[in-house]
Amino acid sequence: MSTETTSTGTTTTETNTGLTSTDTASTEPANPKAETAEPTSTEIRELAFGKALNAGLRMALGDNDQVLLMGEDIGPLGGVFRVTEGLQEEFGTKRVFDTPLAESGIVGTAIGLAMRGYRPVCEIQFDGFIFPAFDQITTQLAKMTSRHEGQVSMPVVIRVPYGGHIGAVEHHQESPEAYFAHTPGLRLVSPSTPNDAYWMIQEAISSNDPVLFFEPKSRYWNKGPVDFSASAAPLHSSRVVRTGTEVTVVGHGAMVTVLLQAAEVAATEGTSLEVIDLRSLSPIDYAPIIASVQKTGRLVVASEAPGFVSISSEIAATVTEKAFYSLEAPVLRVTAYDTPFPPAKLETTYLPDADRVLEAVDRALAY
Amino acid sequence: MAETVQTVQLLSADGVLQTDDTAAEYLPYVDALSDDDLRQFHRDMVITRRFDLEATNLQRQGQLALWPPSHGQEAAQVGSARATRAQDHIFPSYREHSVGMIRGLDILDIITLMRGVSNGGWNPKTNNNFHLYTLVLGSQALHATGYAMGINFDGDTATGDPETDQAVIVYFGDGATSQGDVSEAFVFAASFQTPQVFFLQNNHWAISVPVSVQSRIPLYLRSQGFGIPGVQIDGNDVLASYAVTRKNLDEARSGSGPRMIEALTYRVGAHTTSDDPSKYRGDIELQGWIARDPITRFEAYLRSRGEGDGFFAEVATEAQDFSADLRRRTLALATPSTEKLFNHVYSEPHPVMDVQKQWLLDYEASFGGNE
Repeated sequence: MSTETTSTGTTTTETNTGLTSTDTASTEPANPKAETAEPTSTEIRELAFGKALNAGLRMALGDNDQVLLMGEDIGPLGGVFRVTEGLQEEFGTKRVFDTPLAESGIVGTAIGLAMRGYRPVCEIQFDGFIFPAFDQITTQLAKMTSRHEGQVSMPVVIRVPYGGHIGAVEHHQESPEAYFAHTPGLRLVSPSTPNDAYWMIQEAISSNDPVLFFEPKSRYWNKGPVDFSASAAPLHSSRVVRTGTEVTVVGHGAMVTVLLQAAEVAATEGTSLEVIDLRSLSPIDYAPIIASVQKTGRLVVASEAPGFVSISSEIAATVTEKAFYSLEAPVLRVTAYDTPFPPAKLETTYLPDADRVLEAVDRALAY
Repeated sequence: MAETVQTVQLLSADGVLQTDDTAAEYLPYVDALSDDDLRQFHRDMVITRRFDLEATNLQRQGQLALWPPSHGQEAAQVGSARATRAQDHIFPSYREHSVGMIRGLDILDIITLMRGVSNGGWNPKTNNNFHLYTLVLGSQALHATGYAMGINFDGDTATGDPETDQAVIVYFGDGATSQGDVSEAFVFAASFQTPQVFFLQNNHWAISVPVSVQSRIPLYLRSQGFGIPGVQIDGNDVLASYAVTRKNLDEARSGSGPRMIEALTYRVGAHTTSDDPSKYRGDIELQGWIARDPITRFEAYLRSRGEGDGFFAEVATEAQDFSADLRRRTLALATPSTEKLFNHVYSEPHPVMDVQKQWLLDYEASFGGNE
């Protein structure tokens, strides 16, 4: 990632901080007609997040014949979010194929394909639909390398569009990351920008371990620069996306956009926030977070998931252990409430927004 | 569940070769077997029953955490395993000890799993494609189906050469047929026309629950609803198990899609050593199945072909030696090293594993050998 923060503390990685209206989005939105990504190796181009993912998948399919895409509606339709649009046409039905409508079957057969030497990339249509595959993911996929004592690898990627902000009906806006982060043997990542989407999907596919790839679905339509020439940052690294001095705020996926909005507002009020994009949820790259907290003395962790037994809780506990003497205030969490994801008309109340992040920032500063 | 008229039986319970219409199409597979092949079937079954008893005893003596006995199911397993070809892949459940042995697996590798020394224990690639046991019922049906999809993608089947065309056989039980994963495996196998045989051992009891709770129709009919032809066999007849599996595997590898075999058999022993069958099933039923014992039946057949006492005595001695050796090596198994906790959780380096492993090593070292 070449587009880091500037010396003035404003980010160059995000040009669009608006979130999709909850009133107009449907649960199966088509991408706006966009240009086909045909990257050349030296190019930097503006691409929508979904198109960047599509370009990354195309690169992975082209690089390695063992890469397969499998899932529901990913063939001629290109997926309900059109992330795989055109790929079946380009690579054929043996490389990119529709499966029967059965999530456990998708992951279970992907395990068998990985045993055979393939590198399956499964699409789970929505976050709330992953649970029929929970047993195959946590009991089978996650443990398969361990049970084979390293003699079999499981290079399986499971793509999961997740999170809210799209006004969808129930089971279509959840953030189930913590269930999987709790499971040894899995790796979890979540890109927040088109550039990361492009690079991280390729890195995930090249990993010999199973990777759950959480795609913040509200970001699919947001454009940003994709640097096709830059080598990818390590898959499991976190990154400072805006420098600041007074409070560190950490999040992943669409929450990074909220944190950047909060930082903009805070700056107008004279408060300097340092924003960190986690990128990797398991393992978590703590070095930038600890370094930041040693500078600011205050940490607010935000996510769209309920806070109880969450990634936010894990970060709060770990930073408290590792940077206790640097902290001027308790680590505060800003999360969804510990309730089911509400009807969409209440999602803006349920999901943390910039105001709730700033409320926590104020509390941290009050210590 | 009563046997239906379609049940394939090549040997009657008293060991007489059957020649009725149902048997006729399978008899050529039996005719192609040599005397040595037949002797090997007997040897496989007798050795299995003997080490199975040894392992059960080892558990009773506190040397194993668990043992799932296969007593009574030897014919279903030996016949089907001997029907596989070298290039085939086998996905077992957790009771297919003789299948593993026939594929070249050291039974001690199964012991490591049951003794708590390993959670897996062997490499399928160096054990003639005999994959790991799966203790969560039915999960392996999907792995087998995915593997068979890969064989299709690779073009390593349906070339017309049964000596090289690959196929998959997956073992599961009557209880597992109620698992969603088995139904999903049927769906995927039918949809992708995989070169695959679903081999169901209906041993009539899922721990304490009779098969009538799992299904109100004969289970071989169930796959037909998914578009997968099914056949029911007398699973205590090693010749039927061999011939029907051979035929169905070769049909699957020829490109005509998946198949299902339901082998009617009986778990004479307990589900596992944690079980007490006297609490849920009657002695009359048990004695009825013991009267149809697969080894007694096949021995009668071999004797009718002129096999003498010497061979049977020789096999009994071989089985005894095999089991004594297994016991000796079981007791010699070392406790795994502490580092094994962390070594293969991931294929690639992982910071959490590194940190926790080092912490544990330091912690243990802090006792100076006096923990």
